[in-house]
Amino acid sequence: MKYIIAVIQPDRLDDVLQKLEEKEIHLVTVSSVMGRGRQKGIPAVYRSHKEAGSLLKKTKLEIAVNDDYVNHAVDAIIGGAQTGEIGDGKIFIIDLNECIRIRTQETGNLAIG
Amino acid sequence: MKRLMKIKNYKVLLTALLLLAGSAVLFAADAAPAAAPAAAAVAPAAAPAAAAIAPASKVNTGDTAWVLASAALVMLMTVPGLAFFYGGLVRKKNVLSILMQCFAIMCLISIHWVVIGYSLSFGPDVGGKGLIGSLSWAFLNGVGLEPHDFYATTIPHQAFMIFQCMFAVITPALIIGAFAERLKFSSFCVFTLLWATFVYDPLAHWVWANGGILGTAGGMGALDFAGGTVVHINAGMAALAAVLILGKRKGFPEKISPPHNLPFAVLGAGLLWFGWFGFNAGSALSANGLAASAFVVTHVGAAIAGITWAVMDYIFNKRPTVLGIITGAVAGLVAITPASGFVNLAGAFGVGIGAGVICYLSVAFLKPRFHYDDSLDAFGVHGIGGIWGAIATGIFATTSVNKDGANGLLYGNPGLLWIQIKVVLITMVFSFVVSFILFKLVDAVMGLRVSDHEERIGLDLSEHREAAYTILE
Repeated sequence: MKYIIAVIQPDRLDDVLQKLEEKEIHLVTVSSVMGRGRQKGIPAVYRSHKEAGSLLKKTKLEIAVNDDYVNHAVDAIIGGAQTGEIGDGKIFIIDLNECIRIRTQETGNLAIG
Repeated sequence: MKRLMKIKNYKVLLTALLLLAGSAVLFAADAAPAAAPAAAAVAPAAAPAAAAIAPASKVNTGDTAWVLASAALVMLMTVPGLAFFYGGLVRKKNVLSILMQCFAIMCLISIHWVVIGYSLSFGPDVGGKGLIGSLSWAFLNGVGLEPHDFYATTIPHQAFMIFQCMFAVITPALIIGAFAERLKFSSFCVFTLLWATFVYDPLAHWVWANGGILGTAGGMGALDFAGGTVVHINAGMAALAAVLILGKRKGFPEKISPPHNLPFAVLGAGLLWFGWFGFNAGSALSANGLAASAFVVTHVGAAIAGITWAVMDYIFNKRPTVLGIITGAVAGLVAITPASGFVNLAGAFGVGIGAGVICYLSVAFLKPRFHYDDSLDAFGVHGIGGIWGAIATGIFATTSVNKDGANGLLYGNPGLLWIQIKVVLITMVFSFVVSFILFKLVDAVMGLRVSDHEERIGLDLSEHREAAYTILE
């Protein structure tokens, strides 16, 4: 099992979700986050005071999948999020030790789907 | 530790109560012989209203309706106008403390006003020196439903009183912008009551009362239509005293987060603008041409100052900002306030453009240069804008708008400009010095700042045990 974390541009979320659906990956957690990559942020100015730390709005997806779904998920995220411009985001993949469905207490591969 | 805090809080409550009790005692001493008439005055008010008003032939219904509506408009300026304007500009963890301070001022000063404030400000002059009103109108004794032959010739005296009450409320509320995010609530309450008594009320008397030393009725002849000196310079100088005594917020300037809710600030600025029509046009105290003229120049002054600030933003920062345009509009409203009953359209343009440029420069360059933390620019906008407005009145005033006013510099009377400058200086010194003393006094007795820890977790939680927003359900 793998745990996939992707940070993408907020306006790409709908496309990424659609691509994931097409690959039959339905379980996903999405959150709104602030972050900064190589493209740096855009500093805001309030009454002529320039803000020091400039972060940009990003969207974070978290997906837990069985090993044979990893490539599908990565393809879907890239397919939906890639624009070719700087700031498209990143995908991180981590080994997942365990997964438990709270309702049935099923574990592992059974629980994850 | 907790016990100690409790005892401290007790002291605060006691101080506030003593202050109110003190005023009551003063009233009793002063008005002991008048106690019977006071009771008599209350009785008819309780009787059918028609009977009380019937002989008042001088009351003009149109004027009364306008002044009462204006009073309600000015009330709206403090809560929610100023509350949301300031509330949107602070960090999430302090927004409730701002709303609370504005709301508490509304409650505290309204009571203070009917108990002693109105009498100190507008009551019969003590000793004919034009310095302070006596307490003979305390508890609105003798302030009835008949017109007053100086202050309110065509409206019930109480209509004038309640209109003025809203001015007394918003003025200390403006100072909140200076000490936002670090002043203890208890100290804030005590300071506000002291400031109303020893700064606002005397100054209102000097400028507006019959026989006041600075005003047009037997004084130096300064023009202040709706409160440029009494409200804005006054609050602005108190703001400056506050920032000098309180010091900076932790992390200022690099580590202070941006305004947490600019849409709130826009909402607040819009409500301020809306309420300002009551503030300025209502100050005509009549539903007449002068009120219409004040309404027009108020609107134009705000509009041109808003655009001016946006243009300044564009020049210096390459982008016109939302916070900029609303700050500019407020600066324009501040500046047009003393001038609103004396200037024409050309004057409104002059006052508004000047406000946009001067206040912008003070906020963008003066503040960073001197490293003072005027959190929400109470001094930069109200102090500087008020000073400019009072001086601009001496430049742009014309008797063609108001025959009871005077001509300014551009209309061949440099003398008025000199009077305005003198009165600005007197107001600045008086307000700064007495506010400084009061802040020091409160600091010595009960402390002004919250602890570092409390400042870090925010005043909403530390002072009020509440949170404005729930992030989790």
